[in-house]
Amino acid sequence: MDAILLAAQLVFQLDVLVTIVLAALFGLFVGSVPGLTATMATALLVPITFFMSPVAAIGAIVTCSAMAIFAGDIPGTLLRIPGTPASAAYTDEAYAMTRKGQGELALGANLLFSALGGLFGTAVLIVAAPSLAEVALQFSSFEYFWLACLGLTCATVVGSGSTIKGLVSLMIGLLVATIGLNNPAGVPRFTFGNVDLMGGIDFIAAMIGLFAVSEIFRYVLGMSADTSNVQAPAGNLFTGWGRLFKQYWRQSLRGNVLGTAIGALPGAGADIAAWVSYAVSKRFSKTPEKFGTGHVEGIIESTSSNNAALGGAWVPALVFGIPGDSITAIVIGVLYLKGMNPGPTIFINNPQDIYAVFLIFILANIFMVPAGWAAIKSARLLMRVPRNVLMPTILLFCIVGSFAINNSAFGISVMLAFGLLGFIMEENGFPIAPTILGIVLGPLLEENFVTSMIKSDGSFLGFFERPLAAGLGIITLAIWIVPLALYFWRRSRG
Amino acid sequence: MKRRTFVRTCALALTAVGGLLAMGQAPALAAYPERPITMIVPWGAGGGTDATARIVSSLLERTLGQPINVVNRTGGSGVVGHQAIASSAPDGYTLGLATVEIGMMHWQGLTQLTYADYTPLALMNEDPAGLQVAQDSPYNSAKDLLEAIRAKPGTMKASGTGQGGIWHLALAGMLQDADIAPQAVAWVPSQGAAPGLQDLVAGGVQIAPCSIPEARSLIDAGRVKSLAIMAEKRHPLFPNIPTLKEQTGIDWTMAAWRGVVAPKGLPDDIAQKLTSALKQVYDSAEFKDFMNQRGFGMVYASGEQFGTFMSESNDSLGKVMKAVGIARQ
Repeated sequence: MDAILLAAQLVFQLDVLVTIVLAALFGLFVGSVPGLTATMATALLVPITFFMSPVAAIGAIVTCSAMAIFAGDIPGTLLRIPGTPASAAYTDEAYAMTRKGQGELALGANLLFSALGGLFGTAVLIVAAPSLAEVALQFSSFEYFWLACLGLTCATVVGSGSTIKGLVSLMIGLLVATIGLNNPAGVPRFTFGNVDLMGGIDFIAAMIGLFAVSEIFRYVLGMSADTSNVQAPAGNLFTGWGRLFKQYWRQSLRGNVLGTAIGALPGAGADIAAWVSYAVSKRFSKTPEKFGTGHVEGIIESTSSNNAALGGAWVPALVFGIPGDSITAIVIGVLYLKGMNPGPTIFINNPQDIYAVFLIFILANIFMVPAGWAAIKSARLLMRVPRNVLMPTILLFCIVGSFAINNSAFGISVMLAFGLLGFIMEENGFPIAPTILGIVLGPLLEENFVTSMIKSDGSFLGFFERPLAAGLGIITLAIWIVPLALYFWRRSRG
Repeated sequence: MKRRTFVRTCALALTAVGGLLAMGQAPALAAYPERPITMIVPWGAGGGTDATARIVSSLLERTLGQPINVVNRTGGSGVVGHQAIASSAPDGYTLGLATVEIGMMHWQGLTQLTYADYTPLALMNEDPAGLQVAQDSPYNSAKDLLEAIRAKPGTMKASGTGQGGIWHLALAGMLQDADIAPQAVAWVPSQGAAPGLQDLVAGGVQIAPCSIPEARSLIDAGRVKSLAIMAEKRHPLFPNIPTLKEQTGIDWTMAAWRGVVAPKGLPDDIAQKLTSALKQVYDSAEFKDFMNQRGFGMVYASGEQFGTFMSESNDSLGKVMKAVGIARQ
């Protein structure tokens, strides 16, 4: 109990609170600019944290990353440009709501369920970190292979329309993922001797191209609907929330649980959590036909999930110093720098420090509500800007974002190429979401398959030898085979 | 009408961007440095190289009186970033943090770049390889482990970097010096030390020959034990871990290093100014604190010395890579 009081003293200091507020504003800004990610925001904070007290340093990172993940939803919803990759899964859905004039409702839902997701992830971190980290540490490449397979299954669910076209789109994504040198054997593939291509196709630049640039092409050709001046105000944000929560608390809870679990697994973070949750939401929905037409249900589940994943990622990071995602990879360095060495003893040696981190997690997610509310209200003004001014500005932001990822003009070329690809695909009825999923999961799938095969000396049985892997494998195969078997059984009978 | 405005706004925006880019390339005339400097890091944000680059930059900023922007140019196992450093203008406004991989990638045929494409400024850090196994591993010394590998080649697997990465070489070179075929332990490629170590704990692999600071949190957590350090001396922060030579008599050492370089052809006066500024950074209390906190090894060499160091590192890496069959023949 003393430790908690000490922790509160550490947190409720003027400098710490001011740092948190500034970090929140910084996170909101970075998150809402396409191309700048939560990871980048954290990396930019690191040199500043050298000069801060430990609690202020960690507080700045926690707050900034939580805000950035939420803020990524704002441009995604209003302009169809996901601000961070974690928003990509439901960008189309949220944008469809904006086209129907429900942009504010979508953003309000994003805000509420992001904050709740963040709080849930924190609660799990506080209560179950040591035991959950124990489980996460047992995952080897065999288990990750099956998880990646399960992830690919999402592709057939997330895209609306024809399953075949969804699969084609997924294959395009997987093909793109093979480009470069970052494969298990370290062999250059499809690089044509070009140094930039050796680095592979950057997923963020591709995402900006597929979503935003293709939309700009459509606008220039006079094919996109005008959304300015049709936004219905959501009314009182808070009364709307009561109704949403009553109707969708199950989805929110499921998103929270899944998000925290995926976040806790080293190597999978908020991005993948959002995809999986969106697919799960659609699969178990009573009204899956509404998905893709601007339906809030899937948005709620996946926006809960990506913020919950942030807290989850801290689980293995704090307990074993193994990063749960790219943000905690940076955090571990800062923890060492501040003398808060990660490890099971972090909970015993200086408990007030760790409780202070937990307190900041809670504060950050509560502060998200007013800060996010202000951001939404000001983002609304954006919709009043005439499209012929807005669209070139967006293009400019896209260019800046694609350049910023790796500080090279190559990112801009990737963005333009994928803009064209996205345009052609959508004009012909191919959904683009599975392509992005393919680019995200491709490396995970390949790497874990190859390393598993090396470990099992080329035997496929390795994928079923460990109990955890066998369980996951059977579930995956069942999900693939059962619908097919049912289909043939029905046909043979009827 | 609407569309014409779109085109015009685009044109205006492009002109503005072009103007900004042009301004960035104004020639250096007055005393160096008179404008911000860029520090290119060939590895991702958040890793050890990135953290080192950021602390060096923030201290160098103070010494030189100009802001330094750290830029991560990742991908292609370091090729992209190292290429970006080498192909910048040698005017002192683009520096880079080169890593041990510069002496490795060209042997694999991934690039033409070598250490000779840079002006060496200062070596800042060196981290020797360790020999880590899981806590519940039956082997308690490097000797036990080597004998076990010798007795049953092909049963153990190791991980910690990509195929042909620095820790892969550390292991292969050690085996070769112990008269064991380097292929006796299969290498499982990973995206760095953290996933490799996780696989070690999860039971996927039996050995992780990464540096000790990388394994530190798991050693502290009692999940991983370090059997040896592949260096001439014990690590001051981990004095309980014996060297490989102490235990087995094998005189094999391997370390990853990081140093500040500039593109080839940097004018001497600028190089001297930077070298002395980097020496100040290296000697500063802040840098020492940082390196000790992270457990990173401190080794310094400036200018010429650093050049010789890189050349020696390059030759010995090439020899091992050829011997273990990683180099392109």
